[in-house]
Amino acid sequence: MSPLPPCAPATVVEAAPAPGLQIQSVLQRPGFTLDMALALPANGITALFGASGSGKTTALRVLAGLEPQAQGRISVQGDIWQDSAQGIFKPVQQRALGYVFQEASLFAHLNVQGNLQYGFKRTPLRQRSQSWDATLELLGIGHLLQRWPNELSGGERQRVAIARALATSPRLLLLDEPLAALDAARKRDILPYLERLQTELRLPVIYVTHAVEEVARLADHLVLLDGGRVTAQGPTAELLTRLDLSLTQDDNAGAVLRCQVLQHDDADYLTLTRFAGGELLLPRQNCTVGHSLRVRVAARDVSLTLHHQTGTSILNILPCTVTALAAQGNGHIMVALNTHGTPLLAKITHRSCQALDLAPGKALFAQIKGVAILYPA
Amino acid sequence: MLTESDLQALGLTLQVAALTTLILLLLGTPLAWWLARTRSWVKRPLAALVALPIVLPPSVLGFYLLVLMGPHGTLGHWTQAMGLGVLPFTFAGLVVASCLYSLPFMVQPIQNAFETMGARPLEVAASLRASKLDAFFSVAVPLCKPGFFTGAVMCFAHTVGEFGVVLMVGGNIPGVTRVVSVQIYDHVEALEYADAHRLAAVMLGFSFLVLLALYTYNGARRREPGV
Repeated sequence: MSPLPPCAPATVVEAAPAPGLQIQSVLQRPGFTLDMALALPANGITALFGASGSGKTTALRVLAGLEPQAQGRISVQGDIWQDSAQGIFKPVQQRALGYVFQEASLFAHLNVQGNLQYGFKRTPLRQRSQSWDATLELLGIGHLLQRWPNELSGGERQRVAIARALATSPRLLLLDEPLAALDAARKRDILPYLERLQTELRLPVIYVTHAVEEVARLADHLVLLDGGRVTAQGPTAELLTRLDLSLTQDDNAGAVLRCQVLQHDDADYLTLTRFAGGELLLPRQNCTVGHSLRVRVAARDVSLTLHHQTGTSILNILPCTVTALAAQGNGHIMVALNTHGTPLLAKITHRSCQALDLAPGKALFAQIKGVAILYPA
Repeated sequence: MLTESDLQALGLTLQVAALTTLILLLLGTPLAWWLARTRSWVKRPLAALVALPIVLPPSVLGFYLLVLMGPHGTLGHWTQAMGLGVLPFTFAGLVVASCLYSLPFMVQPIQNAFETMGARPLEVAASLRASKLDAFFSVAVPLCKPGFFTGAVMCFAHTVGEFGVVLMVGGNIPGVTRVVSVQIYDHVEALEYADAHRLAAVMLGFSFLVLLALYTYNGARRREPGV
């Protein structure tokens, strides 16, 4: 609490509307209760992550107003969408949101243009912040306007569905597993468009998924759901490396770093980047100096050594402190590390763990064998 | 060819059928909508009630209507209080009876179409800023067009083919309640088999063409992805 300025007026000033999303909601169903309290940032992508049946989709529907029986309070960027205590419940069509369902759910009786125009022409002019052309361009669907939904591929359908939602100039975009119905190739096609949503629109996105890769690649903020309850929420980088959470049980467990390009070394075909906890050499990236990159360091690509090795082929060696250890079965140990405030994970064998005599607080070096560039942020 | 009274009966039949179809489109659609979307316990009893004319002998339905609409029936009291007189043996009475008799043929296809469509397209429409009424006309009606078409065609054809209810409620008044099916009955009673044949052939051809059109239309619409 900051002290009041000396000449503060005596009157009580109305509290400024809470920024971001404040959600407190309870929904009772036979055999299932959703009970969530969330405070989400006003920008970036928030992932709702959990196994099927954990209540992710229900949570999204509650937020959208598609579950009128839910009780609680929902405010989005200062706008009250629901306050059961005061009897306020805005119906879906009065909430400035875009909703993309798991299957694209395009209207079969309208072509792509008709689908896009459906919401666009129902959005009052003064609320239109998203231009028609920009939406088409952003999702690369300008050439599809005269097609019918049954003439589109799965990926195209989903892109049209996202564009249709954006055309209403929403203040919040809700995506319910938009990639779940697509095969791996289609997923790769559509991911760049989702990333552009984040980089080009200042629009908070809530993204329901059960895929760790999608969380790592897209989400800035993460909410874990289990059995209708929120088990953890926070920055993705932090939650991905917390050993008490299920995310680190995944085969692809790893840390996500945000790196800034410092310089390129064209002779050795390398790019030097800096992240909060140090520097990282990457394969030559095709981007300008100062550009941001999102980099994933898989736990299985990190080995540990007590002494800084010389005479090794490994380029990236970072000084770290062990913060926690967790046995994972099959003789493997997941080690949570901290390098100047940035969390990392290393997956090593039980035998190595004993040989290095690892314990929380121990200082050592992490050798990074390889990284995955997730996207140029 | 067809006699003047045959043509009059045909004209009257088409009038009754068209009017019944129009009225049932307006009244049956909200009923089908409610039946398709409610979770109330009333749904099943009401659905059974709507379906009753399918299994009930037309004479039974006609008999009850006659009693209800007659001068001493509940409906009869109302219509007389409103200055409309009594409905049996009038054109209006015939239309009222037809509406009840053909109700399931209109309601059931539309209800099925609404149920098949499900709630998702309406949720999508709401997320795209459409009010409930707007979504009904801009999404539900176009998506359920085959259901409306089937309902209207079946209702029309079924009304054209009614006999028992007409005989009970409408009687046999030329130009007022004597429809084609009754006219054919009259011809046969009078042993005018040639006249009966001609009119019967018209009905046979009509019914076949109606069903052919229906199956052609519905067969041409293949199930499309999307909603």
